[in-house]
Amino acid sequence: MATIEFDNLGHSYHPRPSSPTDYALRRLSQEWEDGKAYALLGPSGCGKSTLLNIISGLLVPSEGRVLFDGLDVTRCTPEERNIAQVFQFPVIYDTMTVYENLAFPLRNRKVPEADVDRRVRQVAEALDLSADLQKRAQRLTPDAKQKISMGRGLVRSDVAAILFDEPLTVIDPHTKWILRRKLRQIHEEYRLTMIYVTHDQVEALTFADKVAVMYEGAMVQLGTPQELFETPRHTFVGYFIGSPGINLMPCTLGGDQAIVEGITIPLAPGSANGLPNHELPKVGAKFELGIRPEFVELTRSGTAGAIPVQVVAVDDLGTSKLATVRMGSHTLKARVSEDQEIPLDAAIRFPTRWTKLYHDSYLVN
Amino acid sequence: MDKVQDNRAWFLIIPVFLIVAFSAILPLMTVVNYSVQEIFGPGQTLFVGTEWFGKVLADDRLHDALFRQIIYSLAVLAIEIPLGIVIALGMPGGRSAKTSLTLVLLALPLLIPFNVVGTIWQIFGRGDIGLAGATFRALGINYNYTSSPLDAWLTVLVMDVWHWTSLVALLAYAGLQSIPPAFYQAAKIDGASKWAVFRYIQLPKMRGVLVIAILLRFMDSFMIYTEPFVLTGGGPGNSTTFLSQYLTQMAVGQFDIGRAAAFSIIYFLIVLLFSFVFYTIITNTGSGEKK
Repeated sequence: MATIEFDNLGHSYHPRPSSPTDYALRRLSQEWEDGKAYALLGPSGCGKSTLLNIISGLLVPSEGRVLFDGLDVTRCTPEERNIAQVFQFPVIYDTMTVYENLAFPLRNRKVPEADVDRRVRQVAEALDLSADLQKRAQRLTPDAKQKISMGRGLVRSDVAAILFDEPLTVIDPHTKWILRRKLRQIHEEYRLTMIYVTHDQVEALTFADKVAVMYEGAMVQLGTPQELFETPRHTFVGYFIGSPGINLMPCTLGGDQAIVEGITIPLAPGSANGLPNHELPKVGAKFELGIRPEFVELTRSGTAGAIPVQVVAVDDLGTSKLATVRMGSHTLKARVSEDQEIPLDAAIRFPTRWTKLYHDSYLVN
Repeated sequence: MDKVQDNRAWFLIIPVFLIVAFSAILPLMTVVNYSVQEIFGPGQTLFVGTEWFGKVLADDRLHDALFRQIIYSLAVLAIEIPLGIVIALGMPGGRSAKTSLTLVLLALPLLIPFNVVGTIWQIFGRGDIGLAGATFRALGINYNYTSSPLDAWLTVLVMDVWHWTSLVALLAYAGLQSIPPAFYQAAKIDGASKWAVFRYIQLPKMRGVLVIAILLRFMDSFMIYTEPFVLTGGGPGNSTTFLSQYLTQMAVGQFDIGRAAAFSIIYFLIVLLFSFVFYTIITNTGSGEKK
């Protein structure tokens, strides 16, 4: 187990990076706690695999350092770092049995055979592989093969961290669910530092204690699933997490109020205080107002502070209703409870607590 | 849906059937026909039954040639397969100029006509003007492939290795290139040694192409004719006379067509048998359920 620390870490595949877009991974300094489950979430090409390979030691970053428990391991091999990694597609040793596959990392490290046997059986038990131990690995189904890949990571009790690179891609949805729960259980039992790369928000949010959202090479937010949902620090987080994503409208500022097409929307007092004043006159800097569909209040026209809107569509999602409304030229989504009636003369209110102001895509606070 | 019964499909396979008949089945049947007759000349034949087969099987010269042939083919496999694998492992990967250059250089020997290969080595090994022969002589090594059976043997063997190891290397290389990088990364993380990576990843993944390489090299070397014919003419004595050369002597040299036909059939069956045995052994090794 180890605490993982990034010190001014960055990576570019260009030999001489000049602009921020040359970076596959932009400058990053952070500390990841020991024994927690982390998820790296983002669309393909956002730099999450680059970061994972830097953590595992398969890739040496072009800038900065990686520290495990305060020790600089930037140039260490995966073996020296003592990490385990599970890849997107199952990697198994075809000619070995399941048992031999699981024992392989231990035997390579000259672990006494009695301990090998104990660990292998323990891990096989945890992953429901006990019945297949003597079978040849090649003959198993893809999900069983992926379980073996995971097992080879879990079998070493002393690993600094276990990394998962979209490990459930090849697994069917039902088994996916079971395997993820299994991983979660194993995590709670052994308290291993786990890092899980995925582009699936459900996977990330259900698996991890903390989720790091990556976008265009930058880590835009690291937080608990709740933080990501309630306080997205970047418009991308708001858009990527949640279904549907956050409502965004370009706006201008007037004191503690946002103005959208002439409509004033009150913000929490002091919302704009966090603005870096020297940046204010910057040309092209834009403000956006963001609110999650779950927090938009749908009421009747005439309610104090409510803005009249036109209801375009209502989708019944079974457990809730999703209303699509038009306010000026903007289309907004509002999630309302199943039994709430949607009035013809509808209006919406923006609770100040949940109405966020974004400046150049970043949350102002 | 009901199956449509339509015999017109047979018409569609007639062209293929005709080609195969004229190129393979009819010649083979002619050989079978010859093998049971004594042939004195055109139209003068005498049915002799299995007499030729009996004679061929009891032929001491043929036993010698067969023995030589087996030793030769096994030596070819024992050298070319491991050597080819080693070369493939050492070849650069990826798409670079270095890779292309290596591939072209490796493919060169395969592009040279067989009798030219024989001629190249014949000159190469000559004591008076050949690079290898003259060098050996200058070094004081008594090397002469026209008088020493051992030298002749070694020359034929080295020539085959020079000519055909590339094929094995290219096949093995293709097998290695198909291994996804994740396997090497996982092995690294599992702490596998270089040997373990070879034994548990590279070798199993190369098995398919190695089966093909072994079969091709076995069949080709078992039927080798042109190169030793050009290089040594089967000599000195009979020391490098392999099966196909003996067969040609019998059929063309002595015009002993009936006997040669019987020999051909036996030869064919031997190649078939060996190939089958090799194929069965290789495909079953390592794939059976372990206890």
